[in-house]
Amino acid sequence: MTAVLEVPKATPGEAGPSPRRLADVVFKVREFGIIAVLAMFVLITALIQPRFIQGQNIKFILTNATIFALLALGETMVIVARHIDLSVGSVLGLSAYLSADLFTRAHGIPIVVVFLVGLCIGAACGLVNGAIVAIGRVPSLVVTLATLYVIRGLDIILVGGGMVVASSLPNGFLAIASSSVGPVPYLAIVVAVVVGCGAYYLRSFRSGRELYAMGSNPDAAKLAAIPTGKRVLTAFVISGGIAGIAGVLWASNYGTIDSTAGTGYELQVVAACVVGGVAIFGGSGTVTGAAFGALLLATINQALYVLGISSFWDEAIAGLLLIAAISLDHGIAVSLTAALRKRSLQRGT
Amino acid sequence: MRSTHPKWRTAIVGVAAVAMAATTLSMSSASAAPSTTLKKGLKVFVIPKNLGNSYFTTADSVKSQGALYALKKLGETGQETSGTADTPSSQLPIIQADISKGANALVISATDPQALCPTLNAAMKKGITVVTYDSDAPTCRSLFVNQATPQGIGDAQVDLLASEINDTGEIGIVSASASDTNQNTWISYMKQELKKFPKMKLDTIVYGNDDTATSTQVTQGLLSRYPNLKGIISPTSIGLPAAAAVLDTSQYRGKIKLVGLATPNEMKKYVADGTVKAFVCWNPADLGYLAAYAAVELASHAITGAKGQSFVAGKLGRYTVVADHTIVLGVPFVFNKSNINNFNF
Amino acid sequence: MLSPSEQAPLPAEPVVESGSVQNREALSKGDRLRSLVRWESVLVIALAATVVFGVSVSSQFLTGSNIFNIGLANGEVAIMALPMTLIIIAGEIDLSIASTLALSSSLVGYLWMHGWPMPGIIVFVLAIGVVLGAVNGILVTRLGLPSLAVTIGTMTLYAGMAEIVLGSTIVSDFPASYTKIGVTAFPHTELSYSAVIFLVLAIVFGAVMHATPFGRSLFAIGWNKEAAQYAGIRVKRVKTTLYMVSGLIGALAGVLYTFRLSTAEFDNGSGLVLSVVAIVLLGGVSIFGGKGTLFGVILAVIVFCSLQNALLLTSFPEDATGIVTGGLLLVSVLLPNGGDLFRRARSRKNRHRTSSAS
Repeated sequence: MTAVLEVPKATPGEAGPSPRRLADVVFKVREFGIIAVLAMFVLITALIQPRFIQGQNIKFILTNATIFALLALGETMVIVARHIDLSVGSVLGLSAYLSADLFTRAHGIPIVVVFLVGLCIGAACGLVNGAIVAIGRVPSLVVTLATLYVIRGLDIILVGGGMVVASSLPNGFLAIASSSVGPVPYLAIVVAVVVGCGAYYLRSFRSGRELYAMGSNPDAAKLAAIPTGKRVLTAFVISGGIAGIAGVLWASNYGTIDSTAGTGYELQVVAACVVGGVAIFGGSGTVTGAAFGALLLATINQALYVLGISSFWDEAIAGLLLIAAISLDHGIAVSLTAALRKRSLQRGT
Repeated sequence: MRSTHPKWRTAIVGVAAVAMAATTLSMSSASAAPSTTLKKGLKVFVIPKNLGNSYFTTADSVKSQGALYALKKLGETGQETSGTADTPSSQLPIIQADISKGANALVISATDPQALCPTLNAAMKKGITVVTYDSDAPTCRSLFVNQATPQGIGDAQVDLLASEINDTGEIGIVSASASDTNQNTWISYMKQELKKFPKMKLDTIVYGNDDTATSTQVTQGLLSRYPNLKGIISPTSIGLPAAAAVLDTSQYRGKIKLVGLATPNEMKKYVADGTVKAFVCWNPADLGYLAAYAAVELASHAITGAKGQSFVAGKLGRYTVVADHTIVLGVPFVFNKSNINNFNF
Repeated sequence: MLSPSEQAPLPAEPVVESGSVQNREALSKGDRLRSLVRWESVLVIALAATVVFGVSVSSQFLTGSNIFNIGLANGEVAIMALPMTLIIIAGEIDLSIASTLALSSSLVGYLWMHGWPMPGIIVFVLAIGVVLGAVNGILVTRLGLPSLAVTIGTMTLYAGMAEIVLGSTIVSDFPASYTKIGVTAFPHTELSYSAVIFLVLAIVFGAVMHATPFGRSLFAIGWNKEAAQYAGIRVKRVKTTLYMVSGLIGALAGVLYTFRLSTAEFDNGSGLVLSVVAIVLLGGVSIFGGKGTLFGVILAVIVFCSLQNALLLTSFPEDATGIVTGGLLLVSVLLPNGGDLFRRARSRKNRHRTSSAS
């Protein structure tokens, strides 16, 4: 009888147990890490100022965070593929104004239609971004930097000196951002569900996984016959579409819209992603992490106001958090790579 | 994190009442003022704090009968120019470009009391007329057209709030930028006026930087931090609607009273549903109109801007220069449910 | 929260971020030079077009006082583009430079308020700038963090520090001997002080970049970091130096900015960094590193500033000049790629033809 050497079969979905479990644990820790920081923060602030966890204040925080969590969802998809979308703030602003303006031009227009319009405006901008990146082979940093300017400029020209005021918007529309069940806005629930869907998509659908592959190693991805052009295009269209919807929500939330809506949001969204564990050069990170990153930043922001700490510290704290998050994630990445390499050396694969 | 482009728009509201009254005044003047005819064909640049600001659009545009309208009527060449950010570094290159274009007069709402002065002083030395409106640069202009006396603006809002909270309770102020000259001047008068109401106490001032999202957040922080808050004053046309939106959708609606400064259109919804009972304003268009007239009068050497001189500003009637080279448009007008729908700006 | 199947994406190799190796095969020096000369010719044409446009729009365009205005309005941005060029060529980026400007402006105001003598303030602030840059350098080289993310972090941090230092105070009582740079030209010229400083620094940076081993090492590092390392270039030291220079220049820009406006406010300079990056990219510097000339950047500075000024002289709304910036950026990256695109499309067609023939 011949001795058969049993080689453990490595199927695509499952590598050997050890490296997977290690990485698993690490990533779980990372995500729980944010939640832990968030919890600790809330706890400390609540001890100093109990009204911080009072229902109305929780509602304030959740409302402020939802728009950024939504934007972070789209941005994460783009970043894991080793790209970046800096135009989200401008797209949000354009969509916010145009959709709100629709109410003044077409009285009685159904709210759903307005959302669809916002979605289309955003998706169209995303399409432009994606096409230039995918077909023109232009680095996304440059493209979206340019479209940031161009779209904002368009917005300013369209708005002129005007604004859309709350009295022009139907009450039903304005109520969307604020209606809630207890301290939890419906919007927060919806966004949580959407983020969950996004996480599921990225985790379990082939096209989602391929985004990670493209971010990890673009050349290998191409050699593995991943349709990178199509994936990139899709990611930008989704990012843009989400920004478009976020714009409509912005209009519902604030009620008064001029040409400055969303200015500067792009860097805040990227910060939320980074704090949430998304690696800036792609290949790793989760949308749930990014969403929690957005929640954490919104909570800190609000906490400073509630504690009466001069809001001058807000920016500096955010900057320190960012650097800490980047260092932490980088450290994890490096040690994880080393550990995995060592294991594969040991196993002889 | 705050956005990267804080803007400081100060909501200044002028006299709608005076505007309405003034339209009934006769246009011709048979006064003792020097009857020098005003020059025509002057190149006048209107430079608000920033473009894309509906308050200034109303103040300056032809459609609302603001500054450019007045210039057109007088036969001058008027143009509105400015930067996008409410900062001196955005406004300065514009001023310099306008001087390059051969300006005879500049009508400016100053983004900063000092930063523009070297340039403006150099301009005045060249013979260019410099008039400020809405926001002053006290040491480098010939005339300042103020919407109302700072004291009037401050007092009106405190009195309004006091009447709504029965002269008793804690209050907070949601301002624009902490460095905003107008805001700080009005607030200092508000503090004075508060002394008349010993049972009212000012808890704190928070700053929304004239950005809707920031104003919203600081208002939320204010509400959460002070459980005994009874009233809020927001003397800015960005802050007031933002604060109103927060109150409108929260448990505090009706329980906390809100007053301030903003344009009627922005506040119609909140006045209609009772979140804000009353607020103060003036007509920015009249402010721009008056400023344009003042600039032309100066540039034509009809007046020098000295105290006591007066001129007729078209449909607005006669105005006299008071101390410190200032002309005051009028007194703040109180808007409420009964009159707000008569206005459209 | 995480299932096993979520784990598959391994962290990206924390080293190579540049474009794929195939695209970066060693081009001959001649090829590289040729492509750059082509871009600079485009810029020269753009400059000529801008001048024609400017003159047609206003007789004041080429006057001394207008040239003074152009330099005055953009001097600090132009100056900041110089170290940015070096950093991008070396394959990194520094988004924090405008926040260094803000922090140094705040410090100038704060120290002046507390009675420090101005020369001392300037020296101190410049030194702080170097320190701020060194922090960036350490984070990028010692900790190995990606500069894009890190400088977003330090950008936020330094801007926050500027806010903490000065708070809501505005300091504006600076002596006229310093604030005169905001109104008077450099003696014997029509140029603003900041424009003159820019030109002097541009010559220095250009010499370093194109005529010294240090400068050559930047290109090597940007082209292929590992190869440069193996060739004996001390990559970490070079990059840290670059960031320190960037910090120094950012602080200098902050001092100039403060005097020009005769005002120190904590958010002086907010929003400028994207313009700086746009100008550098417009100058033909590749975002991937390893390619670019300082001359191209100088041309880009002039084109950008003159175009903005020319538009100002019309009644084109100042708001809309952002569209021009964005458009210029797109054109500057699409044009070079356009040639590639065309060639690729043609070769694909040829391939189809040969494959269908077989």
